[in-house]
Amino acid sequence: MIRFEHVSKSYPGTSRPALRDVSLEIDKGEFVFLIGASGSGKSSLLRLVLREERPNAGQVWVLGKKLSAMPSRKVPYFRRSLGVVFQDFRLLPNRSVYDNVAFTLQVIGKSRGYIREAVPDALKMVGLQGKAARMPHELSGGEQQRVAIARAVVNKPAILLADEPTGNLDPETAQGIMSVLEQINRGGTTVLMATHAAEVVDRMQRRVIELMSGQVIRDERGGAYITQAMPIVRQPEEGVA
Amino acid sequence: MRLGLILKEAFGGLTKNASMVVSVILVTFISLTFVGVAVLLQSQITSMKDYWYDRAQVQVYFCSAIDQGGNCLQAAASDEEIAAVRTELETAPLAAYIESVEYLSPEEVLAETREVLADNPVVDTLTPELVGAIARVTMVDPANADIVVESVAGNAGVESVEDQRAYLEPIFNILNAASAAAIGVAILMLIAAVLLISTTIRLSAFSRRREIGIMRLVGASNGVIEAPFVLEGVLAAFVGSVLAGGALVAIVQFFVRGEIGATLGGTGLLVGVGDAVSIVPVLLLIGVVLAGLSASVAIKRYLRV
Repeated sequence: MIRFEHVSKSYPGTSRPALRDVSLEIDKGEFVFLIGASGSGKSSLLRLVLREERPNAGQVWVLGKKLSAMPSRKVPYFRRSLGVVFQDFRLLPNRSVYDNVAFTLQVIGKSRGYIREAVPDALKMVGLQGKAARMPHELSGGEQQRVAIARAVVNKPAILLADEPTGNLDPETAQGIMSVLEQINRGGTTVLMATHAAEVVDRMQRRVIELMSGQVIRDERGGAYITQAMPIVRQPEEGVA
Repeated sequence: MRLGLILKEAFGGLTKNASMVVSVILVTFISLTFVGVAVLLQSQITSMKDYWYDRAQVQVYFCSAIDQGGNCLQAAASDEEIAAVRTELETAPLAAYIESVEYLSPEEVLAETREVLADNPVVDTLTPELVGAIARVTMVDPANADIVVESVAGNAGVESVEDQRAYLEPIFNILNAASAAAIGVAILMLIAAVLLISTTIRLSAFSRRREIGIMRLVGASNGVIEAPFVLEGVLAAFVGSVLAGGALVAIVQFFVRGEIGATLGGTGLLVGVGDAVSIVPVLLLIGVVLAGLSASVAIKRYLRV
């Protein structure tokens, strides 16, 4: 589903690379936490998956497509199979909840009939039925993030990327968001979530990939935020014995 | 659905940046008005040239008894001298360039002069001896008048040879200069319009960077993202072009046909409202294409960065 092969990424004007020789593979239907200190390369990794950036070395494969070989004009169509959620929600402040979610479908040219079916479904999935007519500023942070999630999944993407989706929320609200993400994951969507929230990672007991200075230092199934086990650095090219 | 969305976005942008949009409209309006004026001046010049050059003749003035200039020696041109000139005009090689020659004897010239200057007491003092005969040469192509002038000017008994087009040159020079000035202003204003449209579009894109970001994120194709901005520029320029077209028709109707027509006492040769109307589609095309191109380049560059 997502495969990194010896991926390195550095930005112009910085000496330290954002990612250094990262190799990893995420399978369909997995729920993966991406953890690490600020600047450890989590966001760069997500941007590479979205093809907002291209690696300086190595290959990124997403949904069976080699992103470096993808022409720019095909990128929009590729992105339609990804959903993205951010820490700062990124809603359109002058549009209602319904319109924010419908906007995604409108700009990719879905029919009016499809939108009328899909938007209420997505709102129901995130628990916002009945709030379709509200404006974003009338909602709490948790509700705004639910709108953002509804917008990300309304087009039924194969992969959901979440960049610290609970970063601006209190632990209780964060828990609500996590159960929405879990539910989406149960529906078959692969979820890759970058986070700092230790309690969230500890409670979920899912696969954890930890980055430090642009390198994968731990890839643990059913892991916690701070590992009790020895760090395992998985290196797929040497084969799993 | 998508078309509706694009239109909604475009109109949203227009209302958000109202002052910039008004300036785009005004600049396109003025620049295209100058383009139209330049085109109309050129067609005015062409129609006047066609009309007057066809009527411009070469006049050969023969000596009268009192003339001293040219080849005259204070003696009227003799019949032989006149006949020699007429023969030269009516045989090859000159005959090929000449459509017709009209010969006026001194008496006929005097009669014509009296007619033209009927109110002037000076004509009463004129006698046939004081005026010379005239040969009026109508050219097949007035541009070849020099050939006749050069061939005949040296003949005995010829006072002077005159190409009437020389009288018209200053008028056409003025009109040509005015037309060139209009084209110059038009080009400068069009450059200003293009730059202003680019800036407006970038400003509009900046004010909608949230929407653009989300559109790119969810996989809107570049066409869908760019279309509202291009449409915004095109709509503003279209309004400016329509105003320019209206101004041009009004200029012709009220200034050219009205003011100038009244001064000249006739509008036969002047450009008409029909000419102005036929230029309007050209102005619309220039405005829309120019705006579309500059807006599209501007938004593509904005999105790439």
